[in-house]
Amino acid sequence: MGNAILVVAEHDNSQLKGATLNTLQAAVELKAQGAGAIELLIAGQGSNAVVEQAAALPDVDRVLVADAGNLAHQLPEEVSSVVVNLLEGGDYGYLLAPATTNGKNLAPRVAALMDVAQVSDITEVVSADTFIRPIYAGNALAKVQSHDALKVVTVRTTAFAAVAETGGAVEATSVDAPAALGVSSFVGEELSVSERPELTSARIIISGGRGMQSGDNFPLLEAVADKIGAAVGASRAAVDSGFVSNDMQVGQTGKIVAPDLYIAVGISGAIQHLAGMKDSKVIVAINNDEEAPIFNVADFGLVADLFEALPELEKELG
Amino acid sequence: MKVLVAIKRVVDANVKVRVKADNSAVELANIKMAINPFCEIAIEEAIRLKEKGHASEVLVVSIGPDTCQEQLRTALALGADRALQIKAEDSPEPLAIAKLLKAVVDQEQPGLVILGKQSIDGDNNQTGQMLAALANMPQGTFASDVEIEGDSLQVTREIDGGLQKVSLKMPAVVTTDLRLNEPRYASLPNIMKAKRKPLETQTPEDLGIDISPRQTVLEVTPPPERAAGVKVGSVSELVEKLKNEAGVL
Ligand SMILES: Cc1cc2nc3c(=O)[nH]c(=O)nc-3n(C[C@H](O)[C@H](O)[C@H](O)COP(=O)(O)OP(=O)(O)OC[C@H]3O[C@@H](n4cnc5c(N)ncnc54)[C@H](O)[C@@H]3O)c2cc1C
Ligand SMILES: Nc1ncnc2c1ncn2[C@@H]1O[C@H](COP(=O)(O)O)[C@@H](O)[C@H]1O
Repeated sequence: MGNAILVVAEHDNSQLKGATLNTLQAAVELKAQGAGAIELLIAGQGSNAVVEQAAALPDVDRVLVADAGNLAHQLPEEVSSVVVNLLEGGDYGYLLAPATTNGKNLAPRVAALMDVAQVSDITEVVSADTFIRPIYAGNALAKVQSHDALKVVTVRTTAFAAVAETGGAVEATSVDAPAALGVSSFVGEELSVSERPELTSARIIISGGRGMQSGDNFPLLEAVADKIGAAVGASRAAVDSGFVSNDMQVGQTGKIVAPDLYIAVGISGAIQHLAGMKDSKVIVAINNDEEAPIFNVADFGLVADLFEALPELEKELG
Repeated sequence: MKVLVAIKRVVDANVKVRVKADNSAVELANIKMAINPFCEIAIEEAIRLKEKGHASEVLVVSIGPDTCQEQLRTALALGADRALQIKAEDSPEPLAIAKLLKAVVDQEQPGLVILGKQSIDGDNNQTGQMLAALANMPQGTFASDVEIEGDSLQVTREIDGGLQKVSLKMPAVVTTDLRLNEPRYASLPNIMKAKRKPLETQTPEDLGIDISPRQTVLEVTPPPERAAGVKVGSVSELVEKLKNEAGVL
């Protein structure tokens, strides 16, 4: 088994996503620990623009492109055949994917096909075979050593800085896309469109919880968000109650975020919510219950009715 | 069609666990245990498929020490027909769990296997995808809606950007997300009835599966504590502190 690192790129056929850059940073750290070349796989259809972006990444040694109709929606049944084909060549010691919903869908399927274990959601590379990963909603950190020759790892993107995006000039090599399995097909998708920054890469996030009472009140948050260029997030309770869409959920089982500033509004601070945001640099809590557990992690707490505080905040921010 | 549901016994979601003083693991003695919340959702979905006439039988499986029979009994009380415990001392790794479940799939030939998307102790999010790979089935992970149409399964998935709908040829694997359904509670008469429902046991050896670990947990440590913050008296004080003290605005 070789020692090279295969990284699965996160993209939507038109753009390379930021999560790829964070995952590549974990690859760079593994290389510093003795791993081999960093190769980036772009599996999709008509992803020329993505390939161009990838070719400019100075830390990538090789760009691999699998382009086929059955890869258009990156269904894991299809993409895993491409990845397994590459891994079976024996050059790789690592498969890395971001711990996004795409990466989480794909990586364990590949690991099982290769008969190796997976290390999920790493936050630190300790050595060539040892990683730190949070368990129990981040209430403990496990130092895990992998004994498989091929290490399949998903990377928590907020725990790694983004690698540089320009300066490289790598040639792209095209790789085989095995014939379609045809056991699954894409039917459609409803993607949220927003002018605001993406949750997982935003510098500031303002999130609303059950205290917001209804989706109709979210414009109060959005008005503040727009003043400071923030992304808008939510607790599970706000999503379950139908105030906002599922992709806004921050937490153990939603999105993990770590912005410079996180403002929690009408959120109590359950373990599962904290798991998704407690690595933010500065945390602000606005809650009318001074006993709310969110105040235990907040750098600045304001005990107030959010329906008064939010309009005031918007005004103060000018 | 038979539906197979895999459930895990885990620390109750409301418990904040602590790391043992010797940094070997988290303290689990005398802690409230429960069915992993995502597995409860899996059980509920299987029972609903039975109630709608899509499923003829619901089999629940748990892998672990005899204590997990408590969770299997709960699943029977909720409406599962049969239970299977595969005996294992500690919790095996997801790859080993997936191999054991694959062996059960071979025995039972279910048309659908439902798992949780994630166990809330290990936070692995691996087993369903691994089982799908080993059983050569398509996978509908992080499902918020499941519809059966003939021999195919329409699954709505919660993804980073919103929702995605895929169509899978059955047999297939589904892993549940939080909004798939709201699990019911077991009624007292059903809890009594569940005591008479069949609960079998098998061992990894019976199934011919090697469950030896591929990883070693070298150390478990508590995460860094956040320093206690301050309460501010007004919105203007808050904004002032964020601008001048924290420098984040
Ligand atoms: C398996 C599992 C996974 C989970 N995953 C997640 C996850 O990923 N993310 C997540 O967030 N949760 C998750 N949860 C749910 C979590 O346990 C909590 O139930 C949830 O976070 C509560 O959301 P909340 O704080 O908005 O609601 P609540 O706990 O109801 O809190 C509402 C808060 O609003 C305050 N409030 C009310 N009115 C006002 C007002 N007018 N002004 C100011 N404050 C007000 C109240 O004082 C209260 O503190 C999960 C749970 C389970 C079991
Ligand atoms: N010991 C176990 N016994 C039965 N099912 C399990 C076990 N461990 C994991 N699973 C199933 O796999 C899902 C995902 O777990 P994990 O991959 O550990 O996050 C769980 O929700 C269960 O459905």
